[in-house]
Amino acid sequence: MEQTPQTLPRGSWTFSNETNAEIRRAAATGIYDIRGGGAKRRVPHFDDLLFLGASISRYPLEGYREKCETSVVLGARFAKKPIELKIPITIAGMSFGSLSGPAKEALGRGATMAGTSTTTGDGGMTEEERGHSRTLVYQYLPSRYGMNPDDLRRADAIEIVIGQGAKPGGGGMLLGQKITERVAGMRDLPVGIDQRSACRHPDWTGPDDLEIKILELREITGWEKPIYVKIGGARPYYDTALAVKAGADVVVLDGMQGGTAATQDVFIEHVGQPTLACIRPAVQALQDLGMHRQVQLIVSGGIRTGADVAKALALGADAVSIGTAALVALGDNDPKWEAEYQKLGTTAGAYDDWHEGRDPAGITTQDPELMKRFDPIDAGRRLRNYLSVLTLECQTIARACGKSHVHNLEPEDLCALTIEAAAMAQVPLAGTNWIPGRNGL
Amino acid sequence: MKTAELADAEPETSGVQTIDMARTELRQVNATLQAQNAAANQRKWTIENPRGSHAMAVGLDAPIEVTVKGSTGYYCAGMNKQATVHVEGSAGPGLAENMMSGTVIVEGDASQYAGATGHGGLLVIKGNASSRCGISMKGIDIVVHGNVGHMSAFMAQKGNLVVLGDAGDALGDSLYEARLFVRGSVKSLGADCIEKEMRPEHLEILKSLLERAGAAARPEEFRRYGSARKLYNFHVDHAGEY
Repeated sequence: MEQTPQTLPRGSWTFSNETNAEIRRAAATGIYDIRGGGAKRRVPHFDDLLFLGASISRYPLEGYREKCETSVVLGARFAKKPIELKIPITIAGMSFGSLSGPAKEALGRGATMAGTSTTTGDGGMTEEERGHSRTLVYQYLPSRYGMNPDDLRRADAIEIVIGQGAKPGGGGMLLGQKITERVAGMRDLPVGIDQRSACRHPDWTGPDDLEIKILELREITGWEKPIYVKIGGARPYYDTALAVKAGADVVVLDGMQGGTAATQDVFIEHVGQPTLACIRPAVQALQDLGMHRQVQLIVSGGIRTGADVAKALALGADAVSIGTAALVALGDNDPKWEAEYQKLGTTAGAYDDWHEGRDPAGITTQDPELMKRFDPIDAGRRLRNYLSVLTLECQTIARACGKSHVHNLEPEDLCALTIEAAAMAQVPLAGTNWIPGRNGL
Repeated sequence: MKTAELADAEPETSGVQTIDMARTELRQVNATLQAQNAAANQRKWTIENPRGSHAMAVGLDAPIEVTVKGSTGYYCAGMNKQATVHVEGSAGPGLAENMMSGTVIVEGDASQYAGATGHGGLLVIKGNASSRCGISMKGIDIVVHGNVGHMSAFMAQKGNLVVLGDAGDALGDSLYEARLFVRGSVKSLGADCIEKEMRPEHLEILKSLLERAGAAARPEEFRRYGSARKLYNFHVDHAGEY
């Protein structure tokens, strides 16, 4: 007997399995989800842009013969000792505490071999990182954990952190299980308690105060160090303009795909703007002030390939910064630890509970046994290799566009695959000369 | 006047070297003071006509004495180490911020965030201190002869805050291990801040601080406040506390 055709079970787009699982988890625990990393949702990104390459009117450079420069100077506006890097790709600030000491060492090793800088994070400067970093940027954060004038003077540049892309307007929380005696000692707090990183600076508010704060830091360091100001991707035009007005040498702009050690998932996914949407307003602010290329712009948040680097530079950045990708290069989320990721209820590539300190790869942990799995020398070499590949890829594209320096890449070299990306990047939609929003169209 | 000229100048008969900010740029003033070290002969400095300058006498790292003849702007004596800085007027926001060691004394009042994030040393304010005095302090000792404003000792981690007068709203909000001593009234306590028993060891600490700060008060007149330590580890049931 023939069966009556049945309606197939149909899941809801709105109430997906993932959404329902989160509702059940919230109902069971009463606590929001905290995780590391940046926004995981699909947002317009560099993947939505393409380079046009050479043509009759644009001739390319020979790939294996003609030079394509990659060096960048950061902080020449006011600092007596600007930073000179061989490549326009820096390592973003990541804290000791969130990362192990050997992981910080590996970042320093890799960056130094590649000819670029690394950056401290909340929790102060470690000897591992200072000792292995030729060029080290010292973050000046709201918590001021570990802040002292000696380290300020040992740094090569100072980065005042106003916000970060994963959580513009948010602070942080390093959970007690990662607070060893060493971490606690550097932060002047007891072992084992949750350590709150404040969301705003304790001794200034607003751009006028920031100008005076920058003056103080310059006076303490003899006007030698470049002063960076790091902003989250919230209001990139105005924040960039205000940072320049306050006296920044360099603006670091972090979009919502930029990672964090730990914050509420709802914050990461719902506050801030995509990196792609932030770059052109920031560049516009610099241009409006006559400061483009005078105050350098470093863009971070979702940089993975040399193509991403090239696209950010073409849109007007002077350099990019990588965090999450650098951790992956060190060995984070490596499938070789899949069995252990499974035990933690996750899988390689999706592990983001960095705050819990149980990282199988031994990177985002303070557990001595897990840390033994991590070899900072080998990891540093991998990071160096990865940075080399990013640079080579970027050069490959730049040469194809006929550029003898990667900074010569420009918006005119790009088109967009979607209307959204075209509007954000202010480049034409592929196959048209239409830039959404330009001239009121 | 160039820095070298300042450093090489003959000391006055009093043994005090004088810098006049009406004629000397801030950079030269700070560079001169920062160039001093423990071996320097010139230990006493006077700064005249400060005219509310910001970032004055910052980043010092020598056992010298600096007297400022007037009021200062933001961040006077910021990140001080070893030096004694004496302001004979009032001080703007961020006085002695992130001080590591040494002594800073202000004869008048201090604006917001005095002693913010200080790691060590002694800060004495003989007048009143505005809001957020001792915010996020990490080991500094602060003695305020007058009153302190709201949110003082917010997220204070270590050290001692002594207030001879009254404290404003939300004293010690989200406090960690800093000790707070108040002689007058407290308008309100912040989240997780409670009054605690004054034990003999606290009276000893207080006695020493009052003596060092030249404060005419008896330790027995004070009440002690500290952290209830309920917010040290996040728990959803405490979410309503803040």
